[in-house]
Amino acid sequence: MGEREYDASSYVPPAEVGEMELVHPKTFIGKYIWSQDAKVIAIQYVITATSIGLVALVLSLLMRLQLGFPNSLTLIDPSSYLQYVTMHGMIMVIYLLTALFLGGFGNYLIPLMCGARDMAFPYLNMLSYWVYLVSVLLLVVGFFLPGGSTGAGWTLYPPQAINPGTPGVDGGIILMLVSLAAFIIGFTMGGLNYVVTVLQARTRGMTLMRLPLTVWGIFMATVMALLAFPALLVAALMMLLDRLLGTSFFMPGMLSMGELSSHEGGSPLLFQHLFWFFGHPEVYIVALPAFGIVSDLIATHARKNIFGYRMMVWAIIIIGALSFVVWAHHMYVSGMNPYFGFLFATTTLVIAVPTAIKVYNWVLTLWRGNIHFTVPMLFAIGFLFTFVNGGLSGLFLGNVTVDVPLSDTYFVVGHFHMVMAVAPILVIFGAIYHWYPKVTGRMLNDTLGKIHFWVTFLGTYAIYYPMHFIGLEGVPRRYYAYGETTFISDSVQALNAGITIAAFIVAIAQVLFLFNLVWSYFRGRESGPNPWQANTLEWQTPHTPPRHGNFGEELPAVYRWPYDYSVPGAKHDFIPQNVPPEEVEYEESSKSGGRA
Amino acid sequence: MAMAIALIVLALGSVVFFFLSPWYLTPLASNWGAIDHTITISFWVTGVVYLAITFFLAVALIRYRYKRHRRSLYEPENKKLEVWLTVLTSLGIAALLAPGLFVWGSFVTVPDDAHEVEVVGQQWHWSFRFPGEDGELGPVRASLISDDNPYGIDPDDPRGQDDILVRSPRLMLPIDRPVKMTLRSKDVIHNFKVPPFRAKMDAIPGQTSYFWLTPTKTGEFEAVCAELCGIGHFAMRGRVEVVDQQTFDEWLAGKPTFGELAAREPGDPEAGAEHFARCVACHGPQGGGKQETNAPRLAGLDAEYLKRQLRNFRIGARGTNEADRFGQQMRPFATSLQDEDVIADLIAYLETLPVESTRPTIAGDVERGKRLYRTCASCHGPEGQGMPAFNAPRLAGMNDWYLVRQLQHFREGVRGRHPEDWYGNQMVDMTQILVDEAALRDVVAYIGSLSEAPAVADAGRQSAEE
Repeated sequence: MGEREYDASSYVPPAEVGEMELVHPKTFIGKYIWSQDAKVIAIQYVITATSIGLVALVLSLLMRLQLGFPNSLTLIDPSSYLQYVTMHGMIMVIYLLTALFLGGFGNYLIPLMCGARDMAFPYLNMLSYWVYLVSVLLLVVGFFLPGGSTGAGWTLYPPQAINPGTPGVDGGIILMLVSLAAFIIGFTMGGLNYVVTVLQARTRGMTLMRLPLTVWGIFMATVMALLAFPALLVAALMMLLDRLLGTSFFMPGMLSMGELSSHEGGSPLLFQHLFWFFGHPEVYIVALPAFGIVSDLIATHARKNIFGYRMMVWAIIIIGALSFVVWAHHMYVSGMNPYFGFLFATTTLVIAVPTAIKVYNWVLTLWRGNIHFTVPMLFAIGFLFTFVNGGLSGLFLGNVTVDVPLSDTYFVVGHFHMVMAVAPILVIFGAIYHWYPKVTGRMLNDTLGKIHFWVTFLGTYAIYYPMHFIGLEGVPRRYYAYGETTFISDSVQALNAGITIAAFIVAIAQVLFLFNLVWSYFRGRESGPNPWQANTLEWQTPHTPPRHGNFGEELPAVYRWPYDYSVPGAKHDFIPQNVPPEEVEYEESSKSGGRA
Repeated sequence: MAMAIALIVLALGSVVFFFLSPWYLTPLASNWGAIDHTITISFWVTGVVYLAITFFLAVALIRYRYKRHRRSLYEPENKKLEVWLTVLTSLGIAALLAPGLFVWGSFVTVPDDAHEVEVVGQQWHWSFRFPGEDGELGPVRASLISDDNPYGIDPDDPRGQDDILVRSPRLMLPIDRPVKMTLRSKDVIHNFKVPPFRAKMDAIPGQTSYFWLTPTKTGEFEAVCAELCGIGHFAMRGRVEVVDQQTFDEWLAGKPTFGELAAREPGDPEAGAEHFARCVACHGPQGGGKQETNAPRLAGLDAEYLKRQLRNFRIGARGTNEADRFGQQMRPFATSLQDEDVIADLIAYLETLPVESTRPTIAGDVERGKRLYRTCASCHGPEGQGMPAFNAPRLAGMNDWYLVRQLQHFREGVRGRHPEDWYGNQMVDMTQILVDEAALRDVVAYIGSLSEAPAVADAGRQSAEE
């Protein structure tokens, strides 16, 4: 046992599970299309999610155009505006963020960071991607149906969602629900894989408390997703039955286009409970991987161990568990029994404690570090700042009384974009700059990266910060136009125009990023196997990019936790996880320190 | 370094923005000052934390920026510090939560002396109901809703007979009296929101919900819908006027009870025919409209719409704008029609008139018009047949020159801006999608093509037979 190191040991237990046999395809199609290699599947996820995400980005620009410069495009009418609102939200939350973090980063990093050859069930993993692709394609088809995609809002609240008169009620909503069901089925295949891999396929010596926080974040998010998505699945199926067979799960007796509808006795609130039982954990399904990844980015680029590792792991677990008992804070003014407010406000604010601890620990990790302002680090700091902002505004909305005037206003739009859109996206960018060298063997261009960071970071702040204030004034969200009101000041229009301009500038910066991705693939500086001098196993592979099977002839054995940065006396400021204590090189002066 | 400066500038800028921003809570007009206090407390607590974390972060970035020979401190854990931070955070959270829960306690507890008003949401307008003398609202069922019973009140239940119905989206409330707002929806989910009152709640079909408040300021306040309810969501407006008790009582006394509404005699078309004599000169013998006199067709319009427009002309909500020359001509005729029974007779007669198709005078791009009409269809119906439930009159077969002029008037706010012209207000918002003159003509040209559709011709024949 080392004295200087926090968690290092020469003893490595024997392998519990035998080596897995991998299918090594010979053809191009087998290698890159019908691939069972988690790394290729990860890239497939990333490309698909990014492509559909770009569609959602364009939709948001169209919305901003209408809000900033009303009626400048005849293409945007009230129905199409609501369709943009719906599809933008749905795509960004589920088809982009969830797929990117779990399907993309999960697939690439879990086997590598755990020291596994591949996912536990490679074939199922491949199937997971293809079902995901089908769900995305179904979504895309929806755009081209007569009547277009659904315009029910991304929350798809009934009765609206399936009521005649709502945009896309003929086909769009059906495809949306089927696509969601497909997504969930595909995700379940992948999710079971991630969980089993983390629990069963870790290499020798990789105890749970030696896992990098990235894996912890993705693992916990996957467990949560496996528990939360079924609620959405049943809600989607029940709504499909209501829409197609005329059942009345969510549909009460009501008027529909001025006529009495054939439904009777259903509960619209039931859907909201099911939706948010999924929907709130979903926030953390996106946030926890971001938490994990940002921890690793900060530790690596500040050359410092993560502060309070055990606390960080427990915080992830506690946040994951608590997030299942806060869902109705989305429903304070939904008309549910208002006495629920007491319980849900309390649980919601309690969850702020472990979340705050994570923030402290990130900041304390930077304190007395040696901070390299690399592009990944810039994005990590950008995340910290944005997340603090979004987290604090969450304390307004989670606190039931405060929520009453603010719900359904631009305060909410500002809050959730900060906390669950911009913050995770900044981490995704940081992670891409960080791991791109491992995936391609080349560095991304630094200058382009810095421009990308500054425009995105400052731009998103300019977009979302002022929104909170017009929300305070009471400006409602999901409005196609504001018309004449007595309570909205005229200056709101000027602000909206400014926000729109900022949004377009930020969008242009993303084009720069895409260009960087492509350009660096061919022209980027060669990175070598471990350009950031990081400790985790993915940087210790014999080949860069890692080949199928990840670690060559022999799997690495793990002797220490992943955060041995700047260990006192050690010659280098990092000691990879697979370096046994006796092989650590020490400075001459400290050799007398006494080693086991 | 740049990053640290950026953080400091952003943090300070955010604080400055907070103080200088012209956008903040609207002036309070209810008893819910406590809600504003919880917001203020939240700003203080979170503001301090925000500045503390950001500055600490900035200092860390400056002090511990990369130096060649610097070595990070190796400190995996610091139990004492972690416990301290946890305790402090928990205290901060408690400081936020306690007042929040305390105020919520009063939010969910309606005072015993509160009077009640029911808010009914419907795509895309509001209506209201007061309980009447027995102090109790009669039970309602969606399946009972009809043109004669717009609230779906159970006619056999005595509690419903004295319920006072306010069918316009304009509500009066007495000042300084707690009021319980019971919410209900006839179709999708809505949310009745008056920003200066702070309190709001969703109105859901199939059940009721509630909130309460005490208005503390007289004046007129705008009500909006705060829950996405379809494409007219943004134009679903209403007004709440807070007045003294006496004005309120007088206003309420002028509103019909459900019993009175049900007992009202249907109009007599034969008597109506005589009253119609004064309309013929301009609107034509069959009420078919005449371009020479700039008078639109009346046949085929639904009773509620006709009543509403006559009222608008009478009270000056329409036809008072100088740019609306022909509307001004209509005013004296409407003012001469004061008697409810006369109006009912007149409308009964109009309903017997045949709906004949009109001659097109406007040319436009029908295809583009069809696309634009998608929005109109949600209220006026896909065939332009009009939907009384949405307060939307029939468009198919209406004289196209009249439609063009009215659309222009709406778009420019010549018609529909008056606060009493509730649904005209919506049209002002809606016509903004007709960005230019061509768009306007295109949509009218498309509406013109609708009257040729067989379905409409059938409808016309039917009403002719009646």
